Order: sequence, then structure tokens, then C-alpha cells
Amino acid sequence: MTATAQRPTRSPAATARVSPPAPRRRKKRLLGPTLRTIAIVVVVLLFVLPLGWMLMAAFKTNLDIVTPSRTFDFTPTLDNFGTVFGAQDFAPFIVNSVVVGVGATIVALVLGVPAAYGIARYRIRNATAFVLLARVIPGVSLLIPWYFLFSQVQLVGTYTALILTHIFVTMPLVVAIMAGFFEGLPEELEEAAQIDGSSRVGAFVRVVLPLALPGVATSAILAFIFSWNNFLFALVLSNQETRTLPVAISNFTSYASVDWGGLMAASVIITVPVMLVALFAQRYVVAGLTAGATKG
Amino acid sequence: MTTTSHPSYLAPKRRRGSGLTTWADRHIKWLFTAPAIVFVALLIIFPIAYTVFLSFTDSASSVTRPFSFVGFENYGKWLGDFERFWPAVGRTAYFTITALVIELVLGLAIALLLRKTFRGQSIVRVFILLPLVATPVAVGMMWLLIFEPSIGFANVLMKSLGLPAQLWLSGTDTALNTIVFIDVWQWTPMVILILLAGLSTLPEEPDEAARVDGANAWQRFRHITLPLLMPTLAAAAILRSIDAMKTFDIIYATKGRTGGSNNEAETLNMLAYNESFGNSQYGSAAALLMLFLMFIIIILTALTILRSKGHRA
Repeated sequence: MTATAQRPTRSPAATARVSPPAPRRRKKRLLGPTLRTIAIVVVVLLFVLPLGWMLMAAFKTNLDIVTPSRTFDFTPTLDNFGTVFGAQDFAPFIVNSVVVGVGATIVALVLGVPAAYGIARYRIRNATAFVLLARVIPGVSLLIPWYFLFSQVQLVGTYTALILTHIFVTMPLVVAIMAGFFEGLPEELEEAAQIDGSSRVGAFVRVVLPLALPGVATSAILAFIFSWNNFLFALVLSNQETRTLPVAISNFTSYASVDWGGLMAASVIITVPVMLVALFAQRYVVAGLTAGATKG
Repeated sequence: MTTTSHPSYLAPKRRRGSGLTTWADRHIKWLFTAPAIVFVALLIIFPIAYTVFLSFTDSASSVTRPFSFVGFENYGKWLGDFERFWPAVGRTAYFTITALVIELVLGLAIALLLRKTFRGQSIVRVFILLPLVATPVAVGMMWLLIFEPSIGFANVLMKSLGLPAQLWLSGTDTALNTIVFIDVWQWTPMVILILLAGLSTLPEEPDEAARVDGANAWQRFRHITLPLLMPTLAAAAILRSIDAMKTFDIIYATKGRTGGSNNEAETLNMLAYNESFGNSQYGSAAALLMLFLMFIIIILTALTILRSKGHRA
């Protein structure tokens, strides 16, 4: 699962190769690296250019967007962001996304971190099956009964309903990452604490948890990103007041003529924060995305 | 925990009087996992059971409307539906297989390209990560602009290459393939990152031995790297196929709730959403979801069997 997450990935170069270069390979050695560099640059451009396109369009007037000659030659403007926060009134949606994301992350940590510890230390089998199960189930098949349930207790459209459902996204992630993290911590630490008179619960709180803080922090970041990106649950369970950013953006295109500049500005507002966060936690993002697959 | 083997100065100073602490210590395994288990039961197991139950009823229009038991009627309706259901099955299969194959081939090629260290490696990995964390709905909007037939960059590029302009997302024949392209853009990075992690754990000796024996790069890839990488490749395939089958955000963002005016991009997941929250046919949607889940499980089982066969070979 994620046992490899906290170990630094061994770079292939760390183990130096000792193969004396054959003389006739010398010509190839000059051509090879150049081709490789070109290939790498092309790959990076393919992944980054569309995002750059979005970023540029967010700072263009709608006239500049539809004029091919002004693709790169344009005067940047903040008008689109003005529209997004003014006419579209996006600020409350940002608040909603943050409230739901933070709420779902905190609950997932409170429930998931101890559970991950139990799974890792007492080797509860099939715990990874739960993580995989959460991935396999189509969200709509949960959304129908949730909608029934929340309608009965008048919770549709409330933060409570959104946070509860987003935990379905955040908790498997926290459990998967933290179980891998705890497995990597030596058991001797807790044993030493217990010898010193600490209870098992006390050893967890005073010894294990402080050591696991980096893992907790990164699983929290990832959980927040996943909640922030989630669209389906809020699409059904939010209302005008509690609408999250992805739902707000999806409403942009329902007008007769699309305000491309505003739409791209809104897209930049929602994607740039998660990308910045991901830059600082890239190794763990990979671990979280692949959770439940790499082991077994 | 035995303490007798330790010297006296290591003897436990535990407060034996606290009954609660002792109880908590004895049951720590369940004390720690119970809250999470209760949550999973309440918000996942019970709802799934309720969906199974609903699939045998005629629940529709309102959640408060009383419903009656109709047996397998909903299932029969879908299995005999060649207007929406079977085309959606076909589209889901086409979308998943096409995206999966392209992503695995492309992902493997790029992972091999990035395998050996080079200057700027970490920044390249960060760039590759960006499509993965970008909010799918926003990604859909971004491609909606790029693929816009009259003003989008895609057709500007086509014209400059002397190729005919396309309708891309707005075309009945081209929409699904364009969404496959978007999926490839967003998710190939995940395959790359999984494979890079797999490649970094491979032993170097077999490759080195083959090099000494005079094997060329292709032979070493075909007979050494690829077989060793098979388990990782299988894991990536399973993960990607689960997610691809359930693709929702991008299709909804680019084609709307019904997957286009001719349902040209309507997959099973989209159909299930439209049936439940568009048409309010909850019983019928529940039956569709059960059929969908069965398809997912069948494909997963097949992939897992294939993987274990690959392990033995």
C-alpha cells in the first residue's frame, strides 16, 4: 500500500553504474542525450501547455481570447477576476469549499489516524480491502440512499451533509497513508514508553503521534485536496448557500453565451491553490493516489 | 507485557489503580478502530444495502412517496433497453479500454524516458503531477475552451498543420474520443508516477548481466525490464480501469447531465446519475447501479486473475 511512502525514493543514480564505456558507443552518447532532452521537453510541454492556456485566458479580455493573433501578444487584465468576485459572487463558494474541506479532513483524521494505528500494530487483515472498496463503489450508489436519509432529517443543503459525505473521500486516504506510516515506525519506541510506566494509549499519544506528525500533515493536505476537488456529492447535496467551487463553476456554462474569460478565471481560482499545495507534498500525493493498489 | 526480565530501575511506574486505563489498554485494538468501523457501517455499508433494496422497488419522483416491491422488473427493463442502456455499456467499455491502453503505453514510454537521473528531474516530476491534482471540473472547462470549434486552440493548430477543423467535444462522433484524450492528459501522469516508483525498486543485476552479454536496449527492455515491471503495470491497470469506468466530472463538465443532446458521451455512471437525480427514478437507477457494480466487479476479478497468472509465469 503506502509502506514505501515515507521512505525516500532511491534514485537510480545513487547506485553508480560501473560499466566501462565501449569506444564505439561514443558517437551514440552525444546524440542520445540530446534526443532524450528534446523528448523530455516535449512531454513536459504537453502536460503543462493546456494549463498555461487556461492561465493566459484568465488574464485576457473575451475579445483577445477569440483572436488567434493575440495568443501570446495581449495586455493582461484583472477584469475577469473582477467579474468572478463581483457579478458571480464567488467568495462565498470559496468559503464553502474551505469549510467542507477542513471539516471533512478533521473528522477523517480523528477517526482515521487511530484506526490506521490499530490496523498497522495489530495487523488487522482486509483493512486494505476497505480502502479499495471505497474506490470501487460508484459514488451515485451511495448518493441515492444518502439523499433519502438526509431528506428525512432535513439535512440536504447543510454543511453537515456535505462534510459527512466528503469523509467518504478523505478517510480512506488518511487510513491508507497513516497505516503505511505507522508500519514504518519501530515498535520498540512504544515498548520503551510502556516500560517507563506509560499506558498503551498514553504511549500512542505521547510517543507515536508526535513522530507521526509529518505523515498526519501530509495526509491532511491530501485529504483536503480530494475534498476540494470533489464534485458529485456537492452537486446533489448542496444548495445556493452551501454550494462548493466545482459546482459553482459547472453552473457557468448554463448561460446562453459563455463568458470564457470569467470561466477561466474561476478555473484558475480553484486549481491554482491545490497545485501550489501539491508542489510541497508531491511524494505523498503519489502515495495517496495509488493507495490500495501497490501492495498485495 | 512482562517486566520481570528488566532490572528494578526499569520497573513499571504504572498507576495500577486506574481501571479505565487498564480497560482501554486491553481493548486498544477495538477502541481505536471502532469509531471508523461504525462510520463505515453507517455511511457506506447501510446505504449500499439500501440501494440494493431500492433496486427491487418502484421508488420515484419524490423520496417521501411510498413505493412498492416490483421484484426484478427494473433489472429486466434495463437489460432489454437498447436505446440507452446497452449503448452506455458499449461507451463505458470503449472509453475504459481505449483510455487504459493509451495511458499504459504512453505512461510506460515516458517512465522509461524519465528513469535515469538528469538535471531538473525533480521539477519535471512536479510538472507531471499538475494535471493529477487539478480539479477535474476546472480541467473540463479548460478543455472546453481549447476544443471550442470556432475559437479554440485545437482548431487553430489543425488549420496551421493543414488539417480539417473538427467539432471535437460538440461533435456526435468525436465527443467520446475527445473525452478519452482529456482523460489521457489528466491520468497518464498517475501511470508514469506508479511505474517510476516500480522501476526504482527493480534490481540492477539482471540488466547489467544482459548488457555484458551483449543484449541491446530493446532486448533488455523486452526480456528483463518488462517482465520485472509486470506486477506494477498490472496494479496501475487495475487502478486506472476502476477510475476510468466511473469517470463523471469531466463528462458532466463538458457534455452536461445527459452526455450530450444525442447522449453521445453517456456512460453507465452518467446514465445512473441522470436516471436518479435528473429523472428522479430512484428504484430504476438503483437497479442500474447494481448492474454497473457487477460489471466493475467482473472486470476487476478478470484483471486480478490475469495478474496472478502473470505472477506465476
